[in-house]
Amino acid sequence: MAGEAERSLRERLGRLKHLPLLHRTNVSGEERRLRDQLDSVSRADASEDEIWAFVELARHPDRPYTLDYVERILEDWVELHGDRGRADDGAIVAGLGKLEGRTVALIGHQKGRDLKERLARQYGMPSPEGYTKAMRIMDIAERFDYPLISLVDTPGAFPGVAAEQHGQGGAIARSQARMMALKVPTVACVIGEGGSGGALALAVSDRVMMQENAIYSVITPEGCAMILWRDPEQKKKAAAAFKPDAFHCLELGVIDSIVSEPRGGAHEDPDEAAASLKIALVSSLDEVSTLSAGELRRSRRAKFRAMGVFA
Amino acid sequence: MSETSIDVKVEQMDSAPAEKKHPNTCPECGSHYRDDELEATAWVCAQCGHHFRMSARDRIAWLADPGSFVEEAAEVRSADPLSFFDLRPYRERLAEAELNTGLTDAMVVGAATLDDHPFELAVMDFAFMGGSMGSAVGEKFVRACDEAISERTPLLLVTSSGGARMQEGILSLMQLPKTVASIDELHEARLPLFCLLTNPTTGGAMASFATLGDVIIAEPGALLAFTGPRVVQEIVKEKLSDDFGRSEQNLRFGQIDAIVPRSEQRQYLARLLRLFGG
Repeated sequence: MAGEAERSLRERLGRLKHLPLLHRTNVSGEERRLRDQLDSVSRADASEDEIWAFVELARHPDRPYTLDYVERILEDWVELHGDRGRADDGAIVAGLGKLEGRTVALIGHQKGRDLKERLARQYGMPSPEGYTKAMRIMDIAERFDYPLISLVDTPGAFPGVAAEQHGQGGAIARSQARMMALKVPTVACVIGEGGSGGALALAVSDRVMMQENAIYSVITPEGCAMILWRDPEQKKKAAAAFKPDAFHCLELGVIDSIVSEPRGGAHEDPDEAAASLKIALVSSLDEVSTLSAGELRRSRRAKFRAMGVFA
Repeated sequence: MSETSIDVKVEQMDSAPAEKKHPNTCPECGSHYRDDELEATAWVCAQCGHHFRMSARDRIAWLADPGSFVEEAAEVRSADPLSFFDLRPYRERLAEAELNTGLTDAMVVGAATLDDHPFELAVMDFAFMGGSMGSAVGEKFVRACDEAISERTPLLLVTSSGGARMQEGILSLMQLPKTVASIDELHEARLPLFCLLTNPTTGGAMASFATLGDVIIAEPGALLAFTGPRVVQEIVKEKLSDDFGRSEQNLRFGQIDAIVPRSEQRQYLARLLRLFGG
């Protein structure tokens, strides 16, 4: 039995070696990288409870949010507000800063830490105005040739009357279309919850990464359980069925690499988590920065066009 | 809050009303029709104008010049990458949908003419697993874009979809940017995308190709929403207006260009084809 488990582990590892870019986001070299890989690999056969642990870590109330990383990673940060039309959506933050000396544009979802801030930021669930703001910052990035960084952390786009009236679906679609056509290098990392279209709208990037304990999914486990099992209590079963963890997303070709977190999760040591994230962002941007604007757009399209498994 | 939030999803896929009305009974005015009567009116209620759902095959026959449609990518089928199992295996659901609809997945694509103008057509069918978008739908749409580009023709997309197909997990979500990538290529080739949105178009379809048309038209009374009324109502806890998320509200808020009844769609689309045809 043990022999079989080991063999399947080795097979998976063999496959992993062919996956692009897993190796590029290591923190302290070869040994650390291998250990991280092994950790990830062992999760391929994770039980319901093990997968649920990712969901809980991704939603942990002390988990660092976008602005916690911004203050640790960027210098000279200037946050820009508003969509120039209707509102300033607190569920998305956007601005400019210096990453190791070069100016970058950054957009990200922002959850609130206490009840007041959570309400103000709509629990990190953007309205169409939030995506319009993000697109405004994408325009700035392109105009001045700044790379674009996205930090993704949302349960999903906000489900409300005004959000629908103001074109929530169209805003998410246009944000993806804008990212698809950008002439500057782009990199995204899911740092918590990658909740469906609301997350994807900011994650159509040349390199897409996930933190080790982040999740990325088409629907919340609760929503999936409600629709397919007709019982929200089946959320663990639903999560285990659609496999939102970083390892499975890597295996399915949805992300390019996994960013390691401190033992116990990013909230245990936000400084270390930020240091790993910074290295991953810089090395990913370095990789794509060698491409011309036309090459970037073509390879980005090719990457997303290839997604999916059909017969 | 986050516990109840539902995003790109199949809003209506499994909605089983307590009292199931006959499919030929108009849900608006209760008029009942024989199959041949409905076929003669293109599945529009002769009493109140309600637009019944139309299958992809019927839609193509209605829009394209007779005999002009040549199907493409018919061999593309869904796989089961996650070996997904909820109350029933995904494979079983697929086999059943294929048997019931005679389709290989929830989209039919091909080339056709309308008033002798050549165009490429991608039509969704709600009867196939709620028109949900899985990898096969994404691939078929991409092939339709490729064909439009190589033949230098406009693309008409007719949507009818509950959203992403949950049984394909994150890969179904990735069909959104996949279709967006192909539309980017269409745009670069300076070819137009026309979208005809029909009831219902929700979730992932609204958050991708359905809302990226150069011209977007809709059938009267169609539900066109990212989050459907059931979920929104649960969250806002008050009664929604009757036209919440419907074509009429979408037009009022500037989300679509026009509402075009089925009987006028051929003329409207022919005009677009003439205009964009140079």
